[in-house]
Amino acid sequence: MSTPTRDDLIDFIYAEARMLDDGRFEDWLALWMPEGHYWMPLEWQQKDPHSASSYLYEDNFMLRLRVERLSAERTFSQKPKSRCNHVIQRPFVDEYDPDANRYITHTSMHYVETRLDEQQLLALTARHELTLVDGALRIANKRVDLLNCDAAFGNIQLLP
Amino acid sequence: MPSYTAETARALVRGHQVHRDVYVSDEVYRLEMRHVFRNAWVFVGHDSQTPNKGDYFTTQVGDQPVIQVRHSDNEIYVLYNRCPHKGTKIAIDRQGNTGKFFRCPYHAWSFKTNGCLLAIPLKKGYEGTGLSETENGQGMKAVGAVHNHRGFVFARLAETGISFEEFFGDSLSSLDNMIDRAPAGRMEVAGPPLRYMHQCNWKMLVENQTDTCHPMVAHESSAGTAVKLWVEMGNPEPRPPAMQIIAPFMSSYDFFENIGIRTWPNGHGHTGVKGSIHADYEAIPGYFDAMKDAYGEARAKAILDENRHNTVYFPNIMVKAPLGQLRNFIPLGANKTLVESYVYRPVGAPDELTTRSHLYNRMINAPTSIVGHDDLEMYERAQEGLMSDGLEWVDLHRLYEEGEDFSVEAVDNGTTERQMRNQFDAWAKFMQDTPGPAEAAE
Ligand SMILES: [Fe+2]
Repeated sequence: MSTPTRDDLIDFIYAEARMLDDGRFEDWLALWMPEGHYWMPLEWQQKDPHSASSYLYEDNFMLRLRVERLSAERTFSQKPKSRCNHVIQRPFVDEYDPDANRYITHTSMHYVETRLDEQQLLALTARHELTLVDGALRIANKRVDLLNCDAAFGNIQLLP
Repeated sequence: MPSYTAETARALVRGHQVHRDVYVSDEVYRLEMRHVFRNAWVFVGHDSQTPNKGDYFTTQVGDQPVIQVRHSDNEIYVLYNRCPHKGTKIAIDRQGNTGKFFRCPYHAWSFKTNGCLLAIPLKKGYEGTGLSETENGQGMKAVGAVHNHRGFVFARLAETGISFEEFFGDSLSSLDNMIDRAPAGRMEVAGPPLRYMHQCNWKMLVENQTDTCHPMVAHESSAGTAVKLWVEMGNPEPRPPAMQIIAPFMSSYDFFENIGIRTWPNGHGHTGVKGSIHADYEAIPGYFDAMKDAYGEARAKAILDENRHNTVYFPNIMVKAPLGQLRNFIPLGANKTLVESYVYRPVGAPDELTTRSHLYNRMINAPTSIVGHDDLEMYERAQEGLMSDGLEWVDLHRLYEEGEDFSVEAVDNGTTERQMRNQFDAWAKFMQDTPGPAEAAE
């Protein structure tokens, strides 16, 4: 691939969700640009990740740590393991700029996470900043806004 | 299920052990709400959350819904969030500005921002009825007493009782150290708190704040894995932020034994008498200069050399002075606790300090935090395990000595459970009947 089509971008978003649902976290990590951040703001329409608290603002080290921890021997909160399921709406392609190698998608989804007798449903939108490297799409940055960001939550252990 | 009174509930505390009913019994929960949270000074909010006249913010003191509001005299008032007419909550949103008065949305009774009754529609209908002679006829009820300590607002629900100064005594040195770390000598709230729901008793969370024997065990999954990853990467410098924040949780038993625990009367205490896991953060450019300009070099150094870890203020908050953080453990039931974790901006300091506090807050205190996951798993397992009738007592023997005197300040080995015993000593002390309307309601 030298220039992704709009369908390529949309397929990428579906494929990423599938990886998370299947628990193929190592594959998922390989999608990321090393400088990328996964941001989940605390505030509705939060402007920046530094002047207020966030749920997540994970650099590559933190993302790897999360994935590594899920399968560590003494990760008691993952005995038994959580599972997740993404139901996603067809992504919008908000920016399509082959010259700048910059593509932005906007995806509404329902994210379900479950463990033991508990199951929670989160409605959210994901904003992906994608870029093409050696013919493959990569995540340059990802922002996930929870519809009920101002609610109090129990554990959210996997990633939307 | 035994029927408890304040007196019999006190017998659930034996110093070196406590009966599991202090965590699981709904009856004991109601008693501690009615007595302990009524007699103690409980954190409400920060006055920068209500900076202008008419600004209000809603929260709870124990299980009581209250409003913190700034009145026209510029003072902070704390009122029960209940219309004296039918009980409707006056303020539903978490914060806002009500102007010069509150107006109940149900029947338009209105009140000054200090709670005094302002007006009732069709007032004639109340003439000669006796309403004005009742408590309800006076307006929205205020809590028993309010104290604003350098911006931090506390309330005592009971009208009479221990004074703010006597209740906190020298423990205020931790809160003061946090505030002194601002070159301007005051802090401002930095955004909304992270809100994390726990299906466990509020006291488990408070005890955990000085539980120095759990990090290297319960947090091995997060902190241990972080160290392992970093070593695999070849120990790169500068260390990633996660290494500075999370990795110190793997500090050894030796480390925690040596940093010490101090206890003060009335259930307050802190870890990190000599250094803490917050002592080795990178210096932030310009900060020391700002501190030096404000305090002079010697005093600035003394403030910053005090690196206390967690300070528990009985009954239900924890302050992390070096990071400008406060965690409020709000009881919602015997087995349900809402944790609100606040960051405050030290006024006059570089923004990078607040950025680091937010970083810590989301890495440790968020419902998405891997360290939080470790802890919550333990609390919820304990809440469920305590339903077992096999054993009825919870153990607090670690470094216990017969005849411990909590009425004097003490410094001890950093792995002692003395602070937990201190909290229960205060719990029993404030589990006392109080005069006032709460009694009449029984
Ligand atoms: Fe912990």
